[in-house]
Amino acid sequence: MRARVSRTTEVLCISPAFFLLLACTPPEFSIAEEEGERPIIYGFGSPATVEEIAAWDIDVRPDGKGLPPGSGTAAKGSEIYALKCAACHGANGEGGLNDRLVVSSPDEQFPDSSDANSWQHRTVGNYWPYATTLFDYIRRSMPFTLPGSLQSDEVYSLTAHLLHLNHIISESDEMNATTLPKVVMPAHGKFVLDDRQEHQEVH
Amino acid sequence: MIDDKKNDIKAEPKEQAMNVTRRAALVGMAGAAGTVLARTASGQDVQVSSGNRPRVPDDPSKVVGKLASEFGERSSFEMLERVTGFSRSSSETPLQNLHGTITPAALHFERHHAGVPLIDPDRHKLVIHGMVSRPLTLTVAELKRFPSASRICFLECSGNLFHNAPEDTTAQLIAGMTSQSEWTGVMLSTIMREVGVDPRSNWMLAEGADAAVLTRSIPKEFWDEAMIVYAQNGEAVRPENGYPIRFLNPGCEGNSSVKWLRRIEFGDQPYMTREETSKYTEPVKGGVSRQFSLTMDARSIITYPSYPNTVEKGWIEVQGIAWSGRGKIAAAEVSTDNGRSWHAAALQGPVLPKAHVRFRHMFQWDGKETVIMSRAIDATGYVQPTRAEFMAARGPGSGPYHRNPITGWRLKGGGDVVYRVEEWG
Repeated sequence: MRARVSRTTEVLCISPAFFLLLACTPPEFSIAEEEGERPIIYGFGSPATVEEIAAWDIDVRPDGKGLPPGSGTAAKGSEIYALKCAACHGANGEGGLNDRLVVSSPDEQFPDSSDANSWQHRTVGNYWPYATTLFDYIRRSMPFTLPGSLQSDEVYSLTAHLLHLNHIISESDEMNATTLPKVVMPAHGKFVLDDRQEHQEVH
Repeated sequence: MIDDKKNDIKAEPKEQAMNVTRRAALVGMAGAAGTVLARTASGQDVQVSSGNRPRVPDDPSKVVGKLASEFGERSSFEMLERVTGFSRSSSETPLQNLHGTITPAALHFERHHAGVPLIDPDRHKLVIHGMVSRPLTLTVAELKRFPSASRICFLECSGNLFHNAPEDTTAQLIAGMTSQSEWTGVMLSTIMREVGVDPRSNWMLAEGADAAVLTRSIPKEFWDEAMIVYAQNGEAVRPENGYPIRFLNPGCEGNSSVKWLRRIEFGDQPYMTREETSKYTEPVKGGVSRQFSLTMDARSIITYPSYPNTVEKGWIEVQGIAWSGRGKIAAAEVSTDNGRSWHAAALQGPVLPKAHVRFRHMFQWDGKETVIMSRAIDATGYVQPTRAEFMAARGPGSGPYHRNPITGWRLKGGGDVVYRVEEWG
């Protein structure tokens, strides 16, 4: 049985004065997490060991922090790609079961929101702003059915192959912890931080 | 007792599954076979009569009922379901069939990037490191020893819009990737003090233990309200929602509330992971893309009447939900004349920040075709835009994320309610 809904709730009428009032109210949410006495630290858990951190700390930043030793080239990456990636992403990165990875031409531009179709054309070559993200993502998540199975040299090689297919590096360029962060992606500098909160209207 | 039209859908549960071919076929078979035995998820056998309705006594007051059980089941007459996406990497909440504001955990929307991992809570660990003075490893049991906090808030996927939906589309398919729970866990700030975060740290990385090892960088401005949660609506977080622990980033796009949380690293710059560069970003005007656009803008949707309801001439109570990632909902307004005039709807308390709020509005329908719609206005004064306003602000190629347009439902002359179709290009 469904109870009838109460109709006593106040109806809010919106006037400019209402928003002025809201602007003066204190922050909307806070949890008084610990009232009364509290220690500086509780001491729960155990110190994270160097080994524990190293086993999981696989992130790679744009400045190269986190890149492991090892190296690879597009030539080597091409073979690995055919074996482990092409089934989902197409023989040449043109996409298939999953994302397209390669631009259709070196001229393919960064998506422009004034073009309704541009969203469909995001690839590594025109939309990924950092080459290091490729290494990070391939290493942590790919191949989809065997995530985390690739060795560092394989990940460097695949990264090099995709950068080469996207006309960003040459086939013989070696990618390693020094060279990869220096690759400047075509989409670099094309991203801006969120500024919607500065606007009351849709932005 | 079914006393109103809203329950018509619930009285005919199989209607909800008409888009599932296999289900439709099974219903047909049951009908042909007459009365059959069916087994519920809990292993209980119930008799199912022709038409797939469970068999019950004519007069329940004349038959002793079933005894107490260890785990409760919904009535076998209730068959609400999520709708799963084509690739089974997401499912959507049946917004049009829910009441109040809390989403039953089993109907909470899902989105995962490499499936739902199987995790033994006794073996799961959370490692916190980076710009901290005391790197820490916590088991789930150890996390639960910290002072706890609970909060009711929505979680919404930033891609929560079925763009070019046809008329026969439910609210579930339009916007069913928003759900609400009471989450319980530990404030991030408690853990930050425990590990001694360097005051110069202004970004943190949250990482999951799923096969995507999903990572997001969270800027400092969101840390005050963030939590590490282990409970959802009073029980352990459901596996598809992050069991045994998840990050909770209230008001923000769902993927930043990283599920199956296993690692937090404090740093001084964003990590620029795949999800925050190539995926959850949106082209905006000026030939650039917006990044770290975590906050969910204000939105609302009418859940009754909506497709596939039918209505009659006379008084109709319009109901729906409104929410905003910027804070509290200040007002929900309803138009029953295709957007020409707007009326303040009643907000059903409590009105919580960054939470679904239910609204209601009575109107007398004259039986002539019209479009009904709602718009949310939040405490910052932000007004939910029309599709045209949205397109003008962002451009037609801004991609699928953070679209929050006003949704309309067309009341046809005969009483059929359908989705008001809009082209997104």
